[in-house]
Amino acid sequence: MQQLAGPINYQDWNLDQACEAIQAFKGRTGGVMLALHKIQEIFGYVDDSAMAMLGKEFNLSRAEIHGVTSFYHDFKREKPGKYTIKVCQAEACQAMGSVKLTEEIKAYLNVDFHETTNNGTFTLEPVYCLGNCACSPNIMVDNQTYGRVSMDGFKALTESLAREAV
Amino acid sequence: MSIKIYIPRETTASSLGAELLVKAIATEAQYRNLDIQIVRNGSRGACWLEPLVEVETAAGRVGYGPVTLEEIPELFDADFLNGGTHAKSLGDVNALPWFANQERLTFARCGIIDATSVEEYASLGGFVGLKNALAKDTDGIIQEVTDSGLRGRGGAAFPTAIKWRTVADCQADQKYIVCNADEGDSGTFSDRMIMEGDPLSLVEGMTIAGLAVGADKGYIYLRSEYPLTRIILEEAIANATAANYLGENIQGSGKNFTLDVFMGAGAYICGEETSLLESLEGKRGQIRFKPPLPAIEGLHGKPTVVNNVISLASVPVILEKGGKHYASFGQGRSLGTMPLQLGGNIKNGGLVEKAFGLTLRQLIEDFGAGTATGRPVRAVQVGGPLGAYFPESLLDTPLDYEEFAKAGGMLGHGGVVVFDDSVNMARQARFSMEFCSVESCGKCTPCRIGAVRGMEVIDRIVAADSSDERQAQHIILKDLCDTMESASLCAMGGLTPIPVMSAVKHFAADFENR
Repeated sequence: MQQLAGPINYQDWNLDQACEAIQAFKGRTGGVMLALHKIQEIFGYVDDSAMAMLGKEFNLSRAEIHGVTSFYHDFKREKPGKYTIKVCQAEACQAMGSVKLTEEIKAYLNVDFHETTNNGTFTLEPVYCLGNCACSPNIMVDNQTYGRVSMDGFKALTESLAREAV
Repeated sequence: MSIKIYIPRETTASSLGAELLVKAIATEAQYRNLDIQIVRNGSRGACWLEPLVEVETAAGRVGYGPVTLEEIPELFDADFLNGGTHAKSLGDVNALPWFANQERLTFARCGIIDATSVEEYASLGGFVGLKNALAKDTDGIIQEVTDSGLRGRGGAAFPTAIKWRTVADCQADQKYIVCNADEGDSGTFSDRMIMEGDPLSLVEGMTIAGLAVGADKGYIYLRSEYPLTRIILEEAIANATAANYLGENIQGSGKNFTLDVFMGAGAYICGEETSLLESLEGKRGQIRFKPPLPAIEGLHGKPTVVNNVISLASVPVILEKGGKHYASFGQGRSLGTMPLQLGGNIKNGGLVEKAFGLTLRQLIEDFGAGTATGRPVRAVQVGGPLGAYFPESLLDTPLDYEEFAKAGGMLGHGGVVVFDDSVNMARQARFSMEFCSVESCGKCTPCRIGAVRGMEVIDRIVAADSSDERQAQHIILKDLCDTMESASLCAMGGLTPIPVMSAVKHFAADFENR
């Protein structure tokens, strides 16, 4: 399986930069969601210190910001690995052997879901449907979907990604 | 003159290496000193042929697929730029039975045109519906939608015109059109496909909805698992705005409509309309009590139309060709066409748009050519994770809202997931409960707690040593499902019992510890 996209370089956490980046979303419909997406796009996760900052900027309590952040699977609270791999767990992929594939991937990377490999390269996450159900099983690496994934293909892909991450 | 080559910019094609093909074909053409132009269309929907490369030749458009990177030099050697023969030749793609046997209204342009080009969209009937709508008043537009018989394609199948009428009749300083593009159901991808392949049909449909109800602001709530879709949608919106089909004083009519894409963040429940509205307001995606209906108090408490992508993308053709034309397809109370999505363990999977009435067997055998593994079909789940599992004996059920309800299932969003005989249905039933427990918004007890208890009971059924013990646990499961069905606030908890109980009913042997 060929590699279809390269790594995303996240920046190190910087509260001032985060605060600056979310100013445009104040007063917008769904501003808190827009802000959380923006922060995650820059840094790869939402640091604890963002809770109070967002509360102040959006005139909400820290608890409310925490409530929004924790509700959605996408918003991460810890810095992820260089690549986030999502493995589809939904029915169409199950019909094509995703349960076994998932077990093999976990064993191969030596991590469970929501964990990052020791070298900090891969974070593994479950996902429920990538909308490519006629080409199952599917995985997604950052923003790129890969269809008809086999274990051999997965190994080739992750080796290629790991080389590029160095 | 340069030769036009069509390579989809679309998630399925991309997941199988289409972007690499684009680069390789461009490089090879340059090396051979050939003048080509690569057009980025959407997918035509035959996922089994992706990446599908098409060439515009003197004899018409010819296809090659699925194309691999290694085959590029061979294709050039075979003179594919002039329709030369190769092992992957498909000839005229429209003539393949897969396409020839479809009835495409909503997806008529999908995969044919440069997805975000206003000119190409307009050259195949695009914006005719909008122009017709601009010449009508509210009643005139809603009458066409009423005549079409269009029912919500998101799954609930509520008549679209009634929803629009409710919003149109509300007095308010601001109204909204919200498109539910949180296509989370496993086995469904028609929303994504139209948004990537013919996004302007959604833009046009939402604009017409805005004209009909008096709304000048629209949002497309898109799931975050579709990052490529976002890029294409935003391009289409920018192009439509530049051509004055969106924005201020649309085509000199004095009417305004603006559109934004809003990204979800990985929560299945946000496909439920009230949860979606909460999320769009920047909050936790917890569902709201109904009433009030979103049509009366929706986004920011204002009257809001919340429609699925396919419902809205079907509106342009209804206004273009007339509601009665659309209603001439289909049967009974299921009028028009349904984009069915064939996935899972299937040989020829993809999108089949067909008038209501096709049977599940025709879809799976005639279009799908059976399972990918070549083994017999054992179970088919229709309508996403909240849809029933059908055994082989129910495959002759026609794909129609009422017929499916009669057979104890639901057509939902038209997703069809096929399983072969290696499936263990007790595991599938347990997964339905597990999925509900992971994705429940937590607001109501039957869903939040019921799903967890459901997993435990199914585990106990499977582990039971005696048939008495198993029976006792089955009674508990039935009772739990009754509670979830009747006491949950929304369809998540309310419909999870459907796949579970259908598995128990049709595949009882799988629940016995062997």
